[in-house]
Amino acid sequence: MRPALSVVGLRREFVKTVAVERITFQVGVGEIVGLLGPNGAGKTTTISMILGVLAPSAGTIEIDGADLATERSRALERANFAAVHAPLPGNLTVAQNLRIFGLLYGVQALSARIEALLGQFELQALRDVRCGILSSGEQTRVGLAKALLNRPRVLLLDEPTASLDPATARDVRTKIRAYAAAGEGGVLWTSHNMYEVEGVCDRVLFLSHGRILLEGDPKTLPRRYGKATLEDLFIAVAREPLTIEGS
Amino acid sequence: MNGARTGAIVLRHFYLLRGSLTRVVPLFIWVAIDIVLWGYITRYLNAVAGAAFDFVPVLLGAVLLWDFCSRVMHGVSTAFFEDVWSRNFVNLFSTPLSLREYLGGLVVSSMITSAVGLAVMLVLAAGVFGLSVLGYGLAIFPFALILFLFGVALGILGSGVVLRLGPAAEWFIWPIPALVSPFVGVFYPLSTLPSWMQHLARLLPPSYVFEGMRSILAGGAAPAGMLVLGAALSAAYVVLACWFFARVYRHAVHTGLLARYSAESVS
Repeated sequence: MRPALSVVGLRREFVKTVAVERITFQVGVGEIVGLLGPNGAGKTTTISMILGVLAPSAGTIEIDGADLATERSRALERANFAAVHAPLPGNLTVAQNLRIFGLLYGVQALSARIEALLGQFELQALRDVRCGILSSGEQTRVGLAKALLNRPRVLLLDEPTASLDPATARDVRTKIRAYAAAGEGGVLWTSHNMYEVEGVCDRVLFLSHGRILLEGDPKTLPRRYGKATLEDLFIAVAREPLTIEGS
Repeated sequence: MNGARTGAIVLRHFYLLRGSLTRVVPLFIWVAIDIVLWGYITRYLNAVAGAAFDFVPVLLGAVLLWDFCSRVMHGVSTAFFEDVWSRNFVNLFSTPLSLREYLGGLVVSSMITSAVGLAVMLVLAAGVFGLSVLGYGLAIFPFALILFLFGVALGILGSGVVLRLGPAAEWFIWPIPALVSPFVGVFYPLSTLPSWMQHLARLLPPSYVFEGMRSILAGGAAPAGMLVLGAALSAAYVVLACWFFARVYRHAVHTGLLARYSAESVS
């Protein structure tokens, strides 16, 4: 089966730094892949390139077989994202934002889709409330509803549960897992919560200094590197990436 | 070009207008004040000059036409600023929306908002001061077309400047119509201007509108060749402004400015 996302030799350099250094990975349909790493490792830069808002210095990105560089609109029709650093316009209501982005993504039977997502994320009571006055948790749920509008083949989630209470966070994780399990698309998930990653992700990629340092099953990867937990491995990668790389 | 995506940009602007008095009132209040102010100035000038010359169609008509051009420009740039103010670039440009569709949405939004201002101006100018733009004959249509296209070009150019320089640069954009007006002879014939300003005026399409307007009011006709030249120049400026915006957008994507827009610059 064609991968939901294929990234080959992706590189991004700024004037004095290399933020992402020739990374290659795939996300399969139905798969949840964790993109992990300390602050500044290159996660957001990678996601920005996949979303088409930052041009790579080298490499290719294919979303469901469509090359982002040459078939931009076709590729982005099949992707979507939710990120805490990109909230929806606060001066529009929940329903207005969903309608506008639904039109932008070319969603068929949009009204029914909006109703379904409002129900799925328990947003019916907030449909006519401006997003700017929602709590951070409510804004996150609206962002997730927007991210699922077009049933994306690639769903990019940048810390999707960062501002949610534990019960809502668990609910969101369940919904995203169900989305992937239904075979609708693949998910690239960044998080600093290693317990969440272990519970949700099928595979993780550890980024450090813009390179993929480690890759594997989050349940078995720590033991392979002599660590008790994924969090221990994360800390080791953040503090001593060269030691990990050599082991 | 996908009409639904262009429509989404227009719908967004409609939603914002519908829910906000602070957005609706400026669509007509400043132009209404301009018409009232210049209406009474022209009445006073008519009283001073006696029956020798009617200032209403010359000055008030010119104000109306120039304000229409300014409203079109502000309509485009304000629709763009909505995305600046709500920090919406990452959400917007990570969708399948193309630049052509986005700019098309800004222009259609401006058509709607500038039509509100124009309607208020026409009603006030005709109802209170007796000015009818029909007095310019059929030339009013090419006049409106030239001014509309030039307003669109200025609006897209201004949006490109703000995209390149960051949110604070919007203060460069608001005064652009006031900066341009002395060069296009809104209130006086171009022959009044020094030679270097006349050379610049020939590059600015509204000059041909205002010269044509005065020619009609002097009993002649607006030279068709001049109007065709004005329309062609306006259309060329729209193309150039779109090219400029696209170039700035590509630069913003290449440098990372689009993803970090609030930082105003990246290195």
